[in-house]
Amino acid sequence: MKMLAFATRNTKEILRDMLTLLFGLGFPIILLLLLSAINAGIPKEAAAASTMFQIQNLTPGITVFGLSFMSLFSSMLISKDRTTSFILRLFTSPLKPKDFILGYTLPLLPMAVVQTAICYIVSLFLGFEFSANMLLALVVNIPMSVVFIALGLLFGTILNEKAVGGICGALLTNLSAWFSNIWFDTGLVGGWFKTVADILPFSHGVNAGRYAVSGEYSQIMPELIWVIGYAVVLTVTAIIVFSVKMKRDK
Amino acid sequence: MTAIKTENLTKKYKDKTVVNKLNLEINKGELFALLGVNGAGKSTTIKMLTTLVTPTRGDAILFGKSIVSDRQEVKEITSVSPQETAVAQNLTVKENLQLMAKIYGFKGSQVDEKVAEIMAKFDLEEIAKSKAKTLSGGWQRRLSIAMALISEPKILFLDEPTLGLDVLARRELWEQIEKLKGNTTIILTTHYLEEAESLSDRIGIMNKGVLKAVGTATELIQLAQTEDFEQAFVKLSKEAV
Repeated sequence: MKMLAFATRNTKEILRDMLTLLFGLGFPIILLLLLSAINAGIPKEAAAASTMFQIQNLTPGITVFGLSFMSLFSSMLISKDRTTSFILRLFTSPLKPKDFILGYTLPLLPMAVVQTAICYIVSLFLGFEFSANMLLALVVNIPMSVVFIALGLLFGTILNEKAVGGICGALLTNLSAWFSNIWFDTGLVGGWFKTVADILPFSHGVNAGRYAVSGEYSQIMPELIWVIGYAVVLTVTAIIVFSVKMKRDK
Repeated sequence: MTAIKTENLTKKYKDKTVVNKLNLEINKGELFALLGVNGAGKSTTIKMLTTLVTPTRGDAILFGKSIVSDRQEVKEITSVSPQETAVAQNLTVKENLQLMAKIYGFKGSQVDEKVAEIMAKFDLEEIAKSKAKTLSGGWQRRLSIAMALISEPKILFLDEPTLGLDVLARRELWEQIEKLKGNTTIILTTHYLEEAESLSDRIGIMNKGVLKAVGTATELIQLAQTEDFEQAFVKLSKEAV
């Protein structure tokens, strides 16, 4: 109940910041429309050689890229709270560290699912044929949502409001794009770049989504297990770091 | 009945002792003002009593609960109105109050009853649907104190409640604080001496982490052998520790 009250407050804070919300939900859709238009303009022979921007491959990638905005939401909210006396008031209340982390995380999970769903709905207008696998892709994206939310909580806990804009808004968004197999095949770059991409969760999240929509079910878990591992480790780390900072910031 | 009893309460940051062996008793329903110049140790004392900071040594017992070993229980019976206005800016006045009521364990219709009651007490009904960020400083501070009181705390900590407010807003808040006297034990920190003199039952003066004197305003004037409270405060604050 206490945690839910705090989660409700956070939901309202996010939903009432219309500019951030529209940017977070709208930007992935704009990218989807733009890249689909570019792909439509590519000569058929070239398009056949590169399937990266075909709607069935592009959409799962864009949904993961869109989730990187969840980091921005969570980090901005938590870092902003840390600068106010309001958080001091809450620190003296019966709320526990886990209530804070869950309270910040829970409002963002439905938003992440909605964001993914909107991308898939838009993709239907761009020629992606509806199948039940799209619903599976929504579920498959949840661990990746947790990864991005936990990253946001972590950065929001240790960085100030100004710094999180740069780290989560620019650096993390770019890193998750480069190492994700969304915009180019990391295998083509090869070497250390491919190794880093394989170690990080982003490309695994995109691959899992692509396997989900293509119905290659047996391929999903080997990719998703990486993402789930990151989700667990990052969430636990966020709780520990928040608890430590909660004591120090006072 | 004793509401707060500190026992050699001490806080050190590395080699610097910020609060040194504080021994103090505050009675139930008393309004106790803690005064001191900047760096006297008031804020650190409040932070220890509200469990925000762990003492280096010593303890404080709040209605039988230790700030060292019963932290969660202490949080249930205390409430703080921090120095800066502590409200959720994007929530309405009513939503801010509902949030605090729920965090302190009120459920269902209890929440609505408590919110209605506190809004009436602080004359907040007309602005119930206004977002906190649209309110003036005085009204935000009033809301902030109402949020601290909605949990029906046994002990309320008011940290510089009227800092930055104009004279009228300050006087209005004084009236609200006066109404609370006797029911809730209140610890007030302030830089406004007339505020402490006017509102408090007793006053404690801290200097360099040490509690120098405790008593009513009249007692402190007699102790310092001065003509008024301001002179007494200056004299007691300047005396060597």
